[in-house]
Amino acid sequence: MRLDLSQNHFELFGLKAGFEVDGETLALRYRDLQKETHPDRFANASEQERRLSVQLAAQINEAYRVLKNPLARARYLLELNGVTLDDTDTRMDPAFLMEQMELREALAEIPHSRMPFDALEELRDQLESGERGLIEALRRDFSDGSAPALARARDSVRKMQFIQRLLEEAEALEEELVHQEH
Amino acid sequence: MALLQISEPGQSTAPHQHRLAAGIDLGTTNSLVATVRSGVAEALPDEHGNCLLPSVVRYLASGERIVGKSAKDEAARDPLNTIISAKRFMGRGVADVKSLGSRLPYEFVESGSGMPRLRTVGGDFSPVEVSAEILRTLKKRAEETLAGDLTGVVITVPAYFDDAQRQATKDAAKLAGLNVLRLLNEPTAAAVAYGLDRGSEGVIAVYDLGGGTFDISILRLHKGVFEVLATAGDSALGGDDMDRVVAEWIMGQAGIAHDADHAQMRRLMRDACDAKELLTDVPSTTIRLERSDGTFWEGELTRGKFNELVDPLIQKTLAPCRRALRDAGVSREEIHDVVMVGGSTRVPRVREKVSEFFQAELRVDIDPDKVVAVGAAMQADVLAGNKPEDEMLLLDVIPLSLGLETMGGLVEKIIPRNTTIPVARAQDFTTFKDGQTAMAIHVLQGERELVIDCRSLARFELRGIPPMAAGAARIRVTFQVDADGLLSVTAREQNSGVESSVQVKPSYGLSDDEITRMLRDSMVHAREDLDMRQLREQQVEADRVLDAIRVALAKDGDALLSAKERADIERAMGVVTHAATHSADYREVKQAIDALNRATVEFASRRMNASIQQALSGHKIDDFK
Repeated sequence: MRLDLSQNHFELFGLKAGFEVDGETLALRYRDLQKETHPDRFANASEQERRLSVQLAAQINEAYRVLKNPLARARYLLELNGVTLDDTDTRMDPAFLMEQMELREALAEIPHSRMPFDALEELRDQLESGERGLIEALRRDFSDGSAPALARARDSVRKMQFIQRLLEEAEALEEELVHQEH
Repeated sequence: MALLQISEPGQSTAPHQHRLAAGIDLGTTNSLVATVRSGVAEALPDEHGNCLLPSVVRYLASGERIVGKSAKDEAARDPLNTIISAKRFMGRGVADVKSLGSRLPYEFVESGSGMPRLRTVGGDFSPVEVSAEILRTLKKRAEETLAGDLTGVVITVPAYFDDAQRQATKDAAKLAGLNVLRLLNEPTAAAVAYGLDRGSEGVIAVYDLGGGTFDISILRLHKGVFEVLATAGDSALGGDDMDRVVAEWIMGQAGIAHDADHAQMRRLMRDACDAKELLTDVPSTTIRLERSDGTFWEGELTRGKFNELVDPLIQKTLAPCRRALRDAGVSREEIHDVVMVGGSTRVPRVREKVSEFFQAELRVDIDPDKVVAVGAAMQADVLAGNKPEDEMLLLDVIPLSLGLETMGGLVEKIIPRNTTIPVARAQDFTTFKDGQTAMAIHVLQGERELVIDCRSLARFELRGIPPMAAGAARIRVTFQVDADGLLSVTAREQNSGVESSVQVKPSYGLSDDEITRMLRDSMVHAREDLDMRQLREQQVEADRVLDAIRVALAKDGDALLSAKERADIERAMGVVTHAATHSADYREVKQAIDALNRATVEFASRRMNASIQQALSGHKIDDFK
């Protein structure tokens, strides 16, 4: 017998697969699982148990990360439902793309603005509010669960990935700005 | 030497025999060792009643080494042979060390591996060896005080230490003959010391400004679980820098800015440090200085002026505070306690600025110099198995992102910073040329986008890829970070199964051969026999493994093993017992232990699966609602 690493993240946490996840329950189970499997619990165990505990604790951490984060959770759910996020398919809602281009231009302008950190904060707020709207849509579509709803969820996930990338770029820019200040 | 108690299989030893364990705070300026005795964690003093051991090593021409206060006292007289703040050079290359400041009073020589060595009359020493000297002194102190050998220690490191710095610390422990149960982040250790004392719950911040490093950690406490949400910092910023700005101010005032030699620089740094400490209690202090021509300068340093000098340094700590809050997804208002750690948090201006930033009550009631060692001792006690019912669990994170070099000198992040450890993550890459049979893997750590701006941790090659069209090979690179925050990397071509892996050894670290050689050298120095010591280590390991399996068998043997399986394991245990008591060759003992470990693979997995079921068993009901 091998260690059972084949359970999906929801099963590992004893949860029903779905977009709605109660944060409190998730955190509680995470702590309970780590209390049983963390390498600190096996500091005096045999070599084998120590190695297994590292693997298992790592898997639990990964599952927790995915289930905790709405974008990661949505991607994972689509995957479980057999919906692929084909990266070569770049068709997107033109209005959304236009908006993204404007935001991207705004980001490029930030280093030249008088108060770059404030401008960054403002842009970030805007992106996060867009993200919240998409999470609402995901909630509706996953609870519907029909094929057209899942197709809509897939579009929302792709939009969220755009926003996520911009947020990461905003962070990278902040890193550079802080670095320049030093 | 303590006698080993090894019992025959089947017979049980005392169930919870107390194991000697200690927590060590290996600091830039001072180091400490602490342990839990009769349920209380306390720092252990030396024969003069001092708990703090100055992290100073002086090398004499005779080969003798002096560690601690008597070394520190001679630092100004003998600057080149007296090494202070060696922690700042751990895991660093010569170029890094030079960028730390042109005024470092040492002579660095480059060794073959690129690791800087410090030239002294007693020989050239790497920062790892200097740190090992300090650890050895603390080990001796603990073993004399506790009258027994230490089973294991928890050594603290700044949360913001990268992989190279952590590996260097572990190497130093190995040189000092210590069994490291865990490398623990300093702020987490401090939170343990506070959290358990107070039974506090909620989100806290730990602001740790030591002699040479700054860490900020945001933690969520919940019923004995310490979950680090985010950490940030600066591994080259601390009280030393305050001393330096004050020293530079004195030099400017006294008109000796350009002609201070090593010895004078040392005296100045000491005077600056004294002035800084005095200004904690008084509004102003007088500094007197002898110039090289025999004339004197005398001046007044007020607290106002001092604040002005150190404000930029304190300001530098607030950017990481902001970043940690954002990474943790926590607002300033949610922080209800700020734990202050490190000697530099005694400076009133630091407290003022930090409490202004967080708008929260500062926790300063545990001695900021001792709190880290005390927390480490508590963790060591749990890890040694002395508190089997304890609920305490520490969930820590990696401080800096880990990634790989991709085309164009860019870094592709594989594991982002503030990911909870242990963690394993894989990413697939492919070949870009037809018939490409090898692929270079360059592992990096840091947040910036370009390879040149990140720290290079290791390079290795995956060779023997069968020739294929460009893009046809599937090379899966897996990063695994263990609970000490140490990384190992595996690369595997998925179609052919060709594999290559490294336990990441820092580019500026010691090779295993170097460690063995140094270990042998230090044995000669300590008139110890390496074989003897290895035998003893294997006997202790045998004892530990037998104990662990005995406990596991008693708990789950009946439920999870057939009679035959159990007999096989017990036979392997018998071999280990016999080897550990009768063999004089450590290799034989090691072989027996390895065989026993192989014999328990299946049992270990079954136990692990059972424990997961156990963790969720209380929750099953609401799955069906």
